[in-house]
Amino acid sequence: MKTYTEDKKLTVVADDMMLTKDMPTTAGSKMLDGYMSLFDSEALARLKDAGYTVAAKAAVGEFAIDLLGETNFKGAPASDGHIKNQAAEMILSGDASAAVCLDVNGAVRRAAAQSGLVSVKPTYGTVSRFGTIPAACSGETVSVLACDAEDCGRILDLIAGHDDKDGTSLPAELIAKTNEAATVRKVAVLASMKKGIGADVCEKLDAAVAVLKANGVEVDEIDDSVISASRPAWNALMSAELCNNVSRYDGVKYGYRAESFTNIDELYTNSRTEAFGELLKTAIIFGSETLSTENYMKIYDKCLRVRRVISEAFGKLFETYDAVLMPATSSMSYTEAEVKENKFIAFEENYYTAPASITGLPAIVAGGVQLVGRAFSEKALLEAAKKYEKEGK
Amino acid sequence: MRYETVIGLEVHVELATSSKIFCSCSAHSYGAEPNSHVCPACCGMPGMLPVVNKRVVDYGMKAGMMLGCHINRTTTFDKKSYYYPDLPAAYQTTQWFAPVAVNGVVEIETSKGKKNVRIKQIHMEEDAGKLVHDIREDTTHVDFNRTSVPLIEIVSQPDLSSAEEVEAYLERLKTLLRYAKVAECEMAHGTMRCDVNLSVRPEGSNKLGVRAEMKNMNSIEAIKRAIEYETARHIDAIENGTEELRQETRRWDDIKGKSYAMRTKETAGDYRYFPDPNVMPVVIDDEWFDSIKASLPEFPEVKKERYISEYGLGEYDADQLTKSIALCECFEAAYGVCKSAKDAANWMISEVMSILNQKKMTYDMLDLDGKALGELILLVSGGTVGRANAKKILAAMFDDASIEPKAYAEANGYVVSNDTGMIEAVIKAVIAADPKSVADYKSGKEKALMALFGKCMKELKGNCDPQTLRKLLIDSIS
Ligand SMILES: [Zn+2]
Repeated sequence: MKTYTEDKKLTVVADDMMLTKDMPTTAGSKMLDGYMSLFDSEALARLKDAGYTVAAKAAVGEFAIDLLGETNFKGAPASDGHIKNQAAEMILSGDASAAVCLDVNGAVRRAAAQSGLVSVKPTYGTVSRFGTIPAACSGETVSVLACDAEDCGRILDLIAGHDDKDGTSLPAELIAKTNEAATVRKVAVLASMKKGIGADVCEKLDAAVAVLKANGVEVDEIDDSVISASRPAWNALMSAELCNNVSRYDGVKYGYRAESFTNIDELYTNSRTEAFGELLKTAIIFGSETLSTENYMKIYDKCLRVRRVISEAFGKLFETYDAVLMPATSSMSYTEAEVKENKFIAFEENYYTAPASITGLPAIVAGGVQLVGRAFSEKALLEAAKKYEKEGK
Repeated sequence: MRYETVIGLEVHVELATSSKIFCSCSAHSYGAEPNSHVCPACCGMPGMLPVVNKRVVDYGMKAGMMLGCHINRTTTFDKKSYYYPDLPAAYQTTQWFAPVAVNGVVEIETSKGKKNVRIKQIHMEEDAGKLVHDIREDTTHVDFNRTSVPLIEIVSQPDLSSAEEVEAYLERLKTLLRYAKVAECEMAHGTMRCDVNLSVRPEGSNKLGVRAEMKNMNSIEAIKRAIEYETARHIDAIENGTEELRQETRRWDDIKGKSYAMRTKETAGDYRYFPDPNVMPVVIDDEWFDSIKASLPEFPEVKKERYISEYGLGEYDADQLTKSIALCECFEAAYGVCKSAKDAANWMISEVMSILNQKKMTYDMLDLDGKALGELILLVSGGTVGRANAKKILAAMFDDASIEPKAYAEANGYVVSNDTGMIEAVIKAVIAADPKSVADYKSGKEKALMALFGKCMKELKGNCDPQTLRKLLIDSIS
């Protein structure tokens, strides 16, 4: 169901990982409070060229690695003791027809699942990352959050395409494959990926399975424990890349600078200590350890190999199945209390989002659950999602 | 006891591409306003992604081939992390895991003969910016013009054993890279920089001594001085126990003529290398590889042999001309026009190279149109311009590249006259004014004829064929 009126159809919001030249871009961090980019991100520029308006920026958690945005330096929306995602709230309130977001660690997908919205995380390399704040470059993807699969597809069509300014952007011929008509006929549900989910999510999963079956889709529940290794590997890779990517914020050139320092080392240390939040600092320390000479082969290189093994496991599944159905979250909402109690909950909860992040496969969240498919199959996945997307409301 | 010095070099060379390695900023900012050649990418602002400048890979491969290396057909870029204000992204993109070229060899020649120096690897990377210290304000400014300018680092094996060999090696690198037109290699401009890894051991020992890495030498002379100083320091420490040698990085102070250990903080640290996820591995297919291979220049030795066998030049002349690709190109273009290799070589060696020497310019700095030189040579050999005047024209051509020798000769009255009546009139006047020389000549003093000849030539402003003048002069006196 559309939450917006027809006059808002060409109005979108962008999350604060997307650089905008006419609005500040903060990445949710005090470090970049008030930072003005000299250029627009490619995805937003393409939407503007198509006549769209980027009406506002939606707050994100610091460098978009948290659950829904709760680590934003200015705080994040919440209601009745439950934390919310600002991009999702803006769509629900009818401010915009869609949000363009950078899916770094699954926050966009969790927001879609818990808000009854639909999100598409397209195949890695099909939407340019030019003009996005770099966090975990090897897996993060510009994604769309909207009321339904139709709107997701509408925006995706406009932002996808080759871009010479992004060295990881795929050739146009490959990206064109996303438009090939395909139908999801066989879906696998992985037992290992159901681990830890609550009854509410289980219900969503069952509902989606029922609708798919009613529509003639074959659904099998199978075991595949390899894919569940995504989370630790992704956490290591993400933290390593994050550690490296945020090291540019040193208080020298732009962004936050500590008031008190007596030498360059103190300038670095004080600025970063004062401006960065706890979750990011933990990721930086973990990432730094991961990349150290001592641990590089033991952790980082091993995680790169795990990434290949997981991709191969998906490839094997896709010989039989068109898509894999899995949860996107462990529960349908997070309380402020549980987030406060477990500061690293985002690095546990990404158990469900890490498989698509680490492999770069497309993932559609609709009806509160996630459908992961072959590379370039987002159109087929969106069509399948249309059948059960209303189950999420 | 006798000792031997074991030296390996890490040479950074700036590649002469027009733009930077990962963005489209100009790579040539020597002497430019600070921060006038920058963009968000090379200033470390978020959001711009590195796009590899294919030219840099072309040049990296070319350098590798010139130095006899194996080219890695899949070459990757990696991130090296460290904090320093001149490094805006706090990481340098370099090649750690799969450098473009490995396992090369360079032949050098010194007073002790020929020797091979093995190249461990050549990797491509981006340069850092510069810090400018303002003493008056007690502040430091950062200039990012140089960030992301493409470099190659040429890492040798520890095959060198003296300052003389190091100099020969550096000169050889410079010659080869300049022949391939991939780099300027001018230490004074910072387009070639060199770190020296040095250790000392008893002669004949196969165990390496404690290694010191020396930085901050800004000329070949400074490198030689640093090597000599450091060798003496090591021997002194070994023999007299003056200090305990440590593996460390040392900074050369050329004014004091000493090296100093750098604070460990400046050098220690873990660079946390990892593959840059934003730069896809560069795959060099056969077509690309072959096109670079086909574009390699003739090596200096091959050129020299050809000059001797094909052009009939002498060993010395061929050797002189092949010292620099700029000389070769000028010579070959001049030869193409004047069709006399001997004349072209003579003019190059006795005139062009001596002007360069006078101007204290290196041979590589030659910027003379070889075709114009060829035309000038033709004017002389055809008797249109006298040699002395031709030298004046050549000097003018050095200052103004647009000069066409023939038009310039005409405009400046340097054209030889064929008007014998006019020549005879001049001779008559000279003879009349100098009866003593005439008498001397008649009494058998050959030298007196030269005096008269010179006076006539001066009157004629050099615009006379010397043979004609000599004949007419003798005829007039007798
Ligand atoms: Zn630039």
